[in-house]
Formats: sequence, C-alpha cells, structure tokens
Amino acid sequence: MKWDEFFVTGDPMIYGADVSIVLTMVGILFYLTKYKKWKWLWDEWLTTVDHKKLGIMYIVSAVLMLFRGGVDALLMRTQLAVPEAKFLDSQHYNEIFTTHGTIMIIFMAMPFLIGLINVVVPLQIGARDVAYPYLNAVSFWTFFIGAMLFNISFVIGGSPSAGWTSYMPLASNELSPGPGQNYYLLGLQIAGIGTLLTGINFLVTILKMRAPGMTLFRMPMFTWSSLVTMVIIIFAFPILTVALALMTFDRLFGSHFFTLQGAGMDMLWANLFWLWGHPEVYIVILPAFGMFSEIISTFSRKTLFGYKAMIWSMLLIAGYSFLVWVHHFFTMGSGALVNSVFSITTMAIGIPTGVKIFNWLFTMYRGKIQFTTPMLWSLGFIVNFVIGGVTGVMLAMAAADYQYHNTYFLVSHFHYVLIAGTVFACFAGLIYWYPKMFGYKLNERIGKWVFWIFTIGFNVCFFPQYFLGLDGMPRRVYTYSEESGWGPLNMVSTIGGFMMGIAFLVLVYNMYYSFRFAKRELTGDAWDGRTLEWSTPSAMPPFYNFAKIPEVTGLDHFWRQKQAGKVEKLTANELKPIHMPSNSGVPFIMASFFFVAGFGMVFDWMWMAIVGLIGVFGTLIYRSFEYDDGYYVSVEEIIETEKISK
Amino acid sequence: MMRRLKPFLPFGLMMAVFMLSGCSDMIVLDPKGPVGEEQKDLIMYSIWFMLFILLVVYALTAFIVYKYRDRKNHKGYDPDNEGSHLLETIWWIIPIIIVIALSIPTVKSIYSLEGPPEESKDQKPLVIHATSVNWKWVFTYPEQDIETVNYLHIPEDRPVLFKLTSADSMASFWVPQLGGQKYAMAGMETELYLQADEQGTYEGRNSNFTGEGFTDHTFDVMAMSDAEFEKWASETKAEAPELTKGQYDKLMLPGHVKEMTFSSTHLDWVDHSKNAEYALDARERLGYEEKIPHSRAAKEEKKKREEEMKKQEESESHGDSHAH
Ligand code: HEM
Ligand SMILES: [Cu+2]
Ligand SMILES: [Cu+2]
Repeated sequence: MKWDEFFVTGDPMIYGADVSIVLTMVGILFYLTKYKKWKWLWDEWLTTVDHKKLGIMYIVSAVLMLFRGGVDALLMRTQLAVPEAKFLDSQHYNEIFTTHGTIMIIFMAMPFLIGLINVVVPLQIGARDVAYPYLNAVSFWTFFIGAMLFNISFVIGGSPSAGWTSYMPLASNELSPGPGQNYYLLGLQIAGIGTLLTGINFLVTILKMRAPGMTLFRMPMFTWSSLVTMVIIIFAFPILTVALALMTFDRLFGSHFFTLQGAGMDMLWANLFWLWGHPEVYIVILPAFGMFSEIISTFSRKTLFGYKAMIWSMLLIAGYSFLVWVHHFFTMGSGALVNSVFSITTMAIGIPTGVKIFNWLFTMYRGKIQFTTPMLWSLGFIVNFVIGGVTGVMLAMAAADYQYHNTYFLVSHFHYVLIAGTVFACFAGLIYWYPKMFGYKLNERIGKWVFWIFTIGFNVCFFPQYFLGLDGMPRRVYTYSEESGWGPLNMVSTIGGFMMGIAFLVLVYNMYYSFRFAKRELTGDAWDGRTLEWSTPSAMPPFYNFAKIPEVTGLDHFWRQKQAGKVEKLTANELKPIHMPSNSGVPFIMASFFFVAGFGMVFDWMWMAIVGLIGVFGTLIYRSFEYDDGYYVSVEEIIETEKISK
Repeated sequence: MMRRLKPFLPFGLMMAVFMLSGCSDMIVLDPKGPVGEEQKDLIMYSIWFMLFILLVVYALTAFIVYKYRDRKNHKGYDPDNEGSHLLETIWWIIPIIIVIALSIPTVKSIYSLEGPPEESKDQKPLVIHATSVNWKWVFTYPEQDIETVNYLHIPEDRPVLFKLTSADSMASFWVPQLGGQKYAMAGMETELYLQADEQGTYEGRNSNFTGEGFTDHTFDVMAMSDAEFEKWASETKAEAPELTKGQYDKLMLPGHVKEMTFSSTHLDWVDHSKNAEYALDARERLGYEEKIPHSRAAKEEKKKREEEMKKQEESESHGDSHAH
C-alpha cells in the first residue's frame, strides 16, 4: 500500500477536515489534562454501566452523527443547486451520498432511538437498570467504535461509494477496489453486534424486569413499541450479519457469493440486504410511533385512544415487515405473480399505520391540547408523515413503481418518512425527556423557532422532489444538464435543505442557552406526566432509579395516582439496601480491540486483524473469570440521596 | 385559527403552485406510448385517492386541534375517553377498501405489462438486445444483424421486446416517456416491452447506480416510421463497419464512448446473459486494472479517459458519424 492510497489527498476540503480533526483532538486532550478530567471521564462515562448515562452517550453520538450526515447532505444539495455544477466531482458525490445514507440510518437514527430507549424504558417499567448492564455497555461501545471506524474513512483510505445499499457486483473488488467498501462492511458489522445485543438486552429487560403489577397490557406505549422493535432487531440483524460476512469473504478471501465470477448471485445480496433493510425501517419508525403516543397523550391530558388497537397494529406491522422486502426491487423482473403478491402485502402494511394515525387524532379528540414543543413536533409528524405514507402506498403499486423507482420521487418519499417520522420523533423525545436527563427543560421559545424553521425547510426541500421524480430525475446523479429543466426545483430544494441546517444550529444553540439560563426542575414531573419515569422525586433519577420499586395498578398508573391525590411519599423504614452492578472498563477495551481488528481487515493487514481479534477474545475470557457480583447501596446512602427526613 | 393552520400553509401554497405549473410538463405524466400511458393512468388514479386521504386527515386534524386546544371555558374534556368500537371499526375498514381499490388495477397492470401492449398484440415485436457495460449501452438487432452503441432506432406503433442484460454492474434500462424500467443484470436476461406511438427522440438512461460514470450512462431513442426504420437498418447493414472482437473488448473497458454503429453483432461470440465473466476477462486481456479511487494512478487514468473522449469528439466532428 502506497501513501497516496492511505491518506486521502489532493482536495482542499479534505485537508481542511484533516486540520480540524487534529485541532479538535488536541483541544480535547488539552482540556481533559488541564482541568484534570481524565479520571472523571473514565469513572463517570467510559466505564459506566448505568443505562441513563449510556443512553446519554448514545444520544450525544447520534447528534454528532446527525451533524456529520447533515454536512454531507448540504454538500450534496449545494452540488445539485444548479445544473452542471463543478463543486463536487462524481467520485466525491458518490462517496458522500453513500456515507450520508449509511450514517443517517445506522449511526444516527438507530442510536438516537436506542439512546432514548436506554434512558426511558427502564424508568417507565419501574426497573433499576436493564437486565444485563454490562452487555449494555458492550452494545454502546461496539456501536461507537463501528461508527468511528466508518467515519475515519474520509481521511484515511477513502470512503465507500457504492451506495448505502452496496449492490453487488458494483461493490465487489473488481469494480470498487480499495479500502472504501471494506469500511462499510466492517463498520456496520461491528456496530451490528451492539445492536443485536441491545435487542436481546431490552427484550429480556421488558419481559422480566417490570415492576410488580405492570402486566403486558399495562405497559406504556413507548415501552411496547420498544419491545416490538427488539423482536424485529433479533430477527433482522442476524441476516445483516451474515450478508456482510459473505460480502467480506468475497472481498477479502476471494469467495464468490455475489461476484461476477464463479457464478456469484448479485440478486442474492439484494434479497439479503432488503430482508434486513425493510425491517430496519420499522426498527427506526416503531419507537418513533411509541414516543408520539406518549407525547400526544401527555399534552392532550388524556388517555391514549385505542390502546389495544395500537398494540395489535404494531404487532401486525412487525410481522408484515418481514413480508414486503421485494418492493425494493419490483424492477428486477421477478414475474407478475411475485410482484402482485408483494404489492398487496406492502399496501396492506399501510392499513395498521393508517389506523394508528386515526388513533392519535382521536387521542386529542375531547382532550385539552397544550402546544408545547414536543407536541408541536408530534403534530408536525402527523401532518407530514401522512405525505410520506400515501406516497409509500403509491410506490407499492408495482406497475407504477416501474416509473418511480430510482428517482427523486423515491428520495422524497423516504425522507418524508425518515425525517417527519424518525427525526421529528428524536427531536420530540429529546425535548420531552430532556429534563429527565439533565434536570432542566430546553427553552420553549427557541424550541418553537427550531420547529417552524425546520418543518418549513423540510417541506421546501423535499416536496419539490416528488415533481423532479415525475420529471424523470434519477437519484444518485451528481449533476444534470440545463436542458433537463430540473434546475429551478433543485434550487428550491437546496434552499429548504439549508433552512434545516440553520434549524439544527439553533437547536444546538438552545442546548447551550438552556444549560446556562434554564430554570432547574425541582420535582421529577416536569410535564405533569402519566408514566413512571415522571414519578421519581428528583428531577434526574439517582443511579438506582427507584429507592422503592413502585407497584402498578393500571395503565397510566402515576397519572391516576396524581388524579386521586394519593402519590405515596417515601418513608425511611420501607427502604432496603439496593443491589447494583459495578462499573467496568472491559467493554471499552473490548471495543477498542474491535477497532484494531476492523482497521486491519479494512486494509487487508491480516496480522493486525489477528492481533485485534486475540484482544477481543482475551477480554471475553477475562470477563468470564471475573467474579464481580456488584455491590449494595446502603440504606443510609439512599436516605441521603433521596433527602428523606427521618 | 390562522395560527393553528400555519403548518398547512406553506404546503398548500406549494401544492397549488406545482399543480398550476402543469402536470403534463413532467415527462412521466406525458407518455408517448401505450406502456407509459397505462402507467400514467394508474399513477393518476392513485393520486386522486391519495389527495382524498390527505384531505380527510388534514380536515380532521385541523378540526380536532382547533376545537380541543387548551383554553378558558374548555368544553368537552373527557380524560378517560379511551376508545370506541364503532370508530375503530370504521378506520380499519376504510383503509382496507382503499387498498382493495388500489390493488385491483395494480395487479391488472402488472400482468398486462408483462406482455406486449394490448393494441398491438397481433404484431410481431421487434427484438432488441440491450446490454449495459460501464457506462454505455450496446444495442443488438439480431434479425437485422446490426449493432449500435448509445442510441436506438425503433419503428413507431410496433411493440419492441427488449432483452436486457449487463456485462458488469447491475443497471436499469429506462426510457421514461415510453414506460417504466427494468434491471439489466450480468449472467441473466430480463425482458421489457415498450412501444412508441409518436415519432420523435426520447431520452433513455440507466437509472440504477453503477459508479463513477453513472450520471452520463444515457442513450437516445429515435422513433420513426416503419419504412424509415427498414431503410436505416438495411443501409446500416450495407455501409457500417463490422464489429471486431478486439474493438468490442475495448468497449468492455469502463468509460464513456460516443455513438457507434456496426454491421455485425457481438452475439456472434458472447451473450452476456450466459457469460457473466466476459467483461472482466476482456479487461484482463487488455491489461486494465481498476484503481483505488483516491490513488494517484486513478487520477491519471481519469485524465487519460477524458482526453480520449475529447479526441473522439474531435474525430467525430469531421468524420462520418451517423445522421440523426
Ligand atoms: C437535512 C436533511 C437532509 C437532506 C438535505 C438530505 C439530502 C439527501 C440527498 C441530497 C441525498 C442523495 C440523493 C441522491 O443523490 O440520490 C440523500 C440520500 C439519502 N438520505 Fe438524506 N437528507 C437529509 C436527511 C436524511 C435523514 C435524516 C435520513 C435518515 C434518517 C436520510 C437518509 C438518506 C438515505 C438512506 C439516502 C440514500 C443514500 C443512497 O442513495 O445510498 N437523509 N439525502
Ligand atoms: Cu421496504
Ligand atoms: Cu439477476
């Protein structure tokens, strides 16, 4: 390998990025050393197994990834603003849409949601932590390391450029040589381990760790949606693991699963990818649905309409999500019968989704609606998501899809579901649970500005793209001619894109502003909430969450208690010592070895891969001989933490 | 009221502007043949349903949000209103009916698009093999025994059966004004019927991402009268040069080329739908190797490719390119 193949060179933007990365690193190291924060960092964050802290780290990483993916998006929109632009060349554009798509889905949307699930679900079910706190740390660190590995590709070795779908044979060694595509394979593989572990962890947590009295049909809707999501993860992610492994074998060890040579089957990759990929879109939308259910109910001051129907429709969606994958390649010529069947199953999945929309609307019906920022995002979700929904049904009509496929019509559709669904939910959930995480609310006035700028920008950006699609503009083209006539609408679209960028900056400013000036919450119930997470006495729950595990008597238990005026006060004599898991540095170290192994495989340096893998197994073995059963929090400490007067 | 309706305003305005600017300007909704026509009808049919759904949801949202906003003298608050069998049944049933109403014409169209258009069932389709190779299209007319690169001539009012395949990446053959697309894949053959009802030149392209040269992976389709087509075909057969294997192998190298015409076809020695490795073998024979994108070697190669393209253009401007 030559130096010019190791470092990406020749582009001023890349050099700029190099410099800023080095400066940021130096800055962080300097800060940590100067203010003696190393120990704090290690004790409080790198070794933590507390679900709330892991959740916060997930969310911080996801916001960083949203920034990275957003910069990618704006670079693309800048290139597309006018015909024949020379801002990015083809190779560059291809790398950017590939990293944008991959980062947004795998390293932004999923971790954002998993972060919120981490923070909220144990609290909602009245648990002190997840079922496997250590494993939870492994999940986070493998995700984080996978994301880092993927992200360094743009300065070291070059980014993947075969699309987030990485269709073969384009993604093979013969047509996409070099480390780029390997970054995709290894980054996703390592992060995928974390996701699968999260699936198992939260499935067990929700099934086994609920507070006494909380039967399945008394669980809050966000917990329900998380449960269903975990089931989908457990069934879907192994498919991705296998598919990525097979392609890795093709690229590194010369096998022929999907290649042109040796009778490889390119269509097999497309099938495996979407067998995971379609359920994946439900993995990133169901928790969003759950959050909107909570928020709409809270701010309508009313119980959820059609609770059971909501659950059944979610289960139906989960089942169906494995039966529709062929709609991603109706144009592969699978024959009329196959296309008809998958057209109908895909349209059918719209039915339970439609039902949910009406249930949300009727949750507000006869309610008392308060227009807080989380509620605004939820209303914005309903209004915009239906546009994504109905165009999804249009795409499901295979005979018509022959014309929409691979065009901006599709690009617009999936941004309408992913942004108006997932991203709106991430913002709504972040704002809603912000006081739970940090002890104060984000400023509402600034928050409303963010909402309006973002939502208007979003529509200005993506609505015109439906028309571009119908006018024949293909997705993934890096430029287009003057004569095509696509110029004006693309310019409009770019303006909308930048409005979203501005809204994001205002959101970040709001975090800073509120950190400085927001009024600190004095109770745990910032929004007059309904579910158990709001029942902790302090704004931010202590590391053991509940001094005493609550006993649940029905849906919206906390709200009903408040209504009846009988919220129990904790007394010292009902406290018992609490068993908690110990912190551990092993997950972080294990993930670091994963990085070494992954980096070695990306560059086909097998010695390095082997060193990394030995490290991984070493930490596994070390852990299995570690007899740390955790520790007890004494009653005195609980009394002090809870400020109970004796 | 206005304040609450704000979310709909920009959207409504935009909708109005685009609708007024005229749907028929958009090429997918301005088809020039029965296949595209059938798809356009299906699209328009579904759009009416979707507008109806949007209308219902928006009206309901506006009504509920307005009526039940938190205010003084709030009326009708019922915090325990948790469901209604009647309502829920209604909104399970209505979507089911809509899905059925959409499924029937969809399935009908799916089946009918598998064959030649109804109106020309009795005509023998013209067979054309379309082979994608990064980033050009090779078109073979087996009956006329001629071959073209990056352009097509077809007779109007007659169905054309495209037999699609690829020499390397998975591509998608698409002529929006004639009808929807289908994939072209190495080692296999897919079939697509299209037909032009009007003379004219239509743009066609590969719409499935195939790497660096994807954006310019395009071709022109010229629809002409039967007589003109026959004349063009026989003239080509008589006057165009023969396609040699050496020349064909050069076409297997990644890159763009200008339009070309030959009086023989590559089917004489290879059918990519049966041999997925031909292009890679040809590249090896010519000593070509794909470069790592950011390496110096790749940049040099790109420069070379561009120069060659320029040379081709120059030679064409005073050479004897085919007449459009
Ligand atoms: C600021 C907001 C965003 C803008 C302006 C934006 C813009 C774009 C653009 C220009 C493309 C490339 C279209 C093409 O050339 O084919 C794209 C592709 C894509 N975007 Fe976004 N995007 C945004 C947010 C998101 C979010 C939040 C997600 C997911 C959660 C997302 C997921 C994707 C995916 C999966 C692709 C396809 C990538 C591929 O073709 O391989 N985007 N986006
Ligand atoms: Cu799908
Ligand atoms: Cu195939």
